[in-house]
Amino acid sequence: MMWNELLVRYGELTLKGKNRNVFIRQLKRNVKAALHGLESVEIKAERDRMFLTADDANDMAEVMERLPKVFGIHSFSPVMKCAPTMEDIYETALSAVRQNETEGKSFKVEIRRTDKEFPYISGELQQMIGGHVLRNIEGLHVKMKQPDILLHVDIRRHEVLLTSKVYQGAGGMPVGSSGKTLLMLSGGIDSPVAGYMMMKRGVQIDAIHFESPPFTSEQAKQKVIDLAEKLCAFGGNIRLHVIPFTELQQKIAYKIPDGESMTSTRRAMMEIADRVREEIGAQGIVTGESLGQVASQTLDSLTAINEVTSTPVLRPLIALDKLEIIDIAQKIDTYELSIQPFEDCCTIFTPAKPRTKPKLKRVKHFEALIEDMDTLIDAAVENRYVYKLPLKKEETFTDLL
Amino acid sequence: MMVHFWTAPLSCLIGRMKYMIYFDNSATTKPKEEILSTFVQANQRFFANPASIHAAGRETDALLEKTREQILNIVGSPDGNVIYTSGGTEANNLALLGFARKFKNRGRHIITTTIEHPSVLRAVEQLAREGFDIDYLSVDENGVCSLDELQEKLREDTIVVSIMHVNNEIGAIQPIEACAKLIHAKSRAIFHVDAVQSFGKLPITLTDNGPDAMTISGHKIHGLKGTGALLSKRTVLPEAINYGGGQEHGFRNGTVSVPDAAVLARAMRLAAENKMTSSYQKWREQLIEHIEQTDVAIILAKDTSAPHILSVAFEKIRGEVAVNYFQKNDIYLSTSSACSSKNGDLSHVIEAIHVPEHFKDGVIRISFGENNTDAEIEQFKKVYTEFIHLLKRG
Repeated sequence: MMWNELLVRYGELTLKGKNRNVFIRQLKRNVKAALHGLESVEIKAERDRMFLTADDANDMAEVMERLPKVFGIHSFSPVMKCAPTMEDIYETALSAVRQNETEGKSFKVEIRRTDKEFPYISGELQQMIGGHVLRNIEGLHVKMKQPDILLHVDIRRHEVLLTSKVYQGAGGMPVGSSGKTLLMLSGGIDSPVAGYMMMKRGVQIDAIHFESPPFTSEQAKQKVIDLAEKLCAFGGNIRLHVIPFTELQQKIAYKIPDGESMTSTRRAMMEIADRVREEIGAQGIVTGESLGQVASQTLDSLTAINEVTSTPVLRPLIALDKLEIIDIAQKIDTYELSIQPFEDCCTIFTPAKPRTKPKLKRVKHFEALIEDMDTLIDAAVENRYVYKLPLKKEETFTDLL
Repeated sequence: MMVHFWTAPLSCLIGRMKYMIYFDNSATTKPKEEILSTFVQANQRFFANPASIHAAGRETDALLEKTREQILNIVGSPDGNVIYTSGGTEANNLALLGFARKFKNRGRHIITTTIEHPSVLRAVEQLAREGFDIDYLSVDENGVCSLDELQEKLREDTIVVSIMHVNNEIGAIQPIEACAKLIHAKSRAIFHVDAVQSFGKLPITLTDNGPDAMTISGHKIHGLKGTGALLSKRTVLPEAINYGGGQEHGFRNGTVSVPDAAVLARAMRLAAENKMTSSYQKWREQLIEHIEQTDVAIILAKDTSAPHILSVAFEKIRGEVAVNYFQKNDIYLSTSSACSSKNGDLSHVIEAIHVPEHFKDGVIRISFGENNTDAEIEQFKKVYTEFIHLLKRG
């Protein structure tokens, strides 16, 4: 039995009342972007569900591969089609159920009969089809509430659609349906996970990264580009703003005592991020901070750093343990990239003992000693380099292989 | 009576090479132009160590990973493993020793056949010394092992089964798919296939119906000597048999030669795309017809052999004699197998298939490659006829 159609069920969209169309349109755009390059795929978005058709079997396999990464999809199922005759329905029902593990499982038949002229009514069909499946597949039993296998039969005028196997989607909401934020992406394990979690709630992200050449290398930057590209798989394009941070960082290390320099550095970063955020019209700043993980992530530090802006700073990882974060990083395939050992700007000029409870007053006092702070921040924002990700395809070495 | 080929002056030998008809492609093949170009270019552009973290190292590593991806796609196991080795022998060693030692807690029983390549046979002999229990499958006169015997010998504690796809001496094809089905149904054993002679000529993949691991050699498919790999399904990984810096995820230590990897990946792609098999089949049939017109020789594994190998046994004539005669006429063949051709002992494969007594010493192997042509087959037939006339007169 061949199938070339997928039924896609929407995630939380069902709750969205009058905004529903906005969400569906966004999801359709995202699905289209995710399936880019698959020529034979067609997308039909309806109010309650979406249908994907592909004539090419390879394309269909690729669709199944990519779809689980798209947020806003609750689940999807391959659709089998047959002619509206009982004989065909019986036969197709069997192959649909057989897509699942059947031994010892419960099942139920659900009928949707839009063709009201079909000779049998829903109740009859339920019994007839259910009975046929039970007689022909051993090890199954019937259960009306929460069956393991739900065979859905949609009787239409000219065709009957059957689905049974359900693949889980990524859940969440379509990226772009909840606005836009700026993600502070360092290259560590946490920040990509923070970005992922915001994207899951439908937020589109731009990323900002601070580099301090020549102390940080091209590889450190490449790593961040790679990480941002990984995030692109979850919906849409990401712009990465790379900020030249050397001068400011050196100045801070020179002028501000060891205890406060870390806090000041972070405050400068936050301020730059906020300026960039304003320029690109994002509504919040996302960080991968997790409470108490390092000196800059204590409540006192967060307060002192946060003082530079009134923009919402979203910290989706704030209450997660490191191991929980690593789990997610592995799931979204950023972990291996993150643990590559390149120096980033947070690890150079680090004082041996940064204060975990910085005093805002003291910090501000020392910062006042750097007279051209504003100019330096302006210059950093001004001189940033913007990468539009995903970049073009990786080198394929076709001339060699 | 042994007229030794190597006594000829070297210069005359080289002079002659230009016009040779090379029918010894199962011993090794001539590298293709594209392969040499890949080797040179990869050495020039990607000489860095793929383990280095600088840009050049990363680029080289990217190329290395791309070669793996390409190879795994060719064998139908995109999430599998490629462990690069120095060739078929090392890959076979790694498979036998590595899998056996890795899974010794599951059991200590190993099954292979009597006609394997020495790189498998000597490895299992080593395992026997380490306390593993080895069972050998016999083969019939066509060189094919029996599924019934395999079924009988499979045990609960069988951990490795290694069966070659195509025999290097007589070309006999083993029923790999049926073996895989049986082994996977009846045991938890790893099924390893030595596909050195078959890759590119017969379909062989690491898919669900196929083996769990296989050995590939570059120089049998118009690649380079010193290239090879052990390919395996995702969860099938051996214990390392050498020790060092943890390259190839620790499964094969020593700096990875990325140019060699690139060469192997390209040779495999070119071999997989090549459509020479039907020509080999045609040539083999033509030669069989020609040889069977006279009654001085028999064909070994006549109906069970791969299309590119033809093994012929002369009655009461030593194989060397035939090889020497053909060589004088610029046709290069070998006695049963090139690896063992130089030591005078009788091949274990010829023993195993019970070649009739008078024919045992007279085995030669003709093996085709991509450079052979119809005209060369005709030339061979002509020389063969002359050779037979000479024999009859003598």
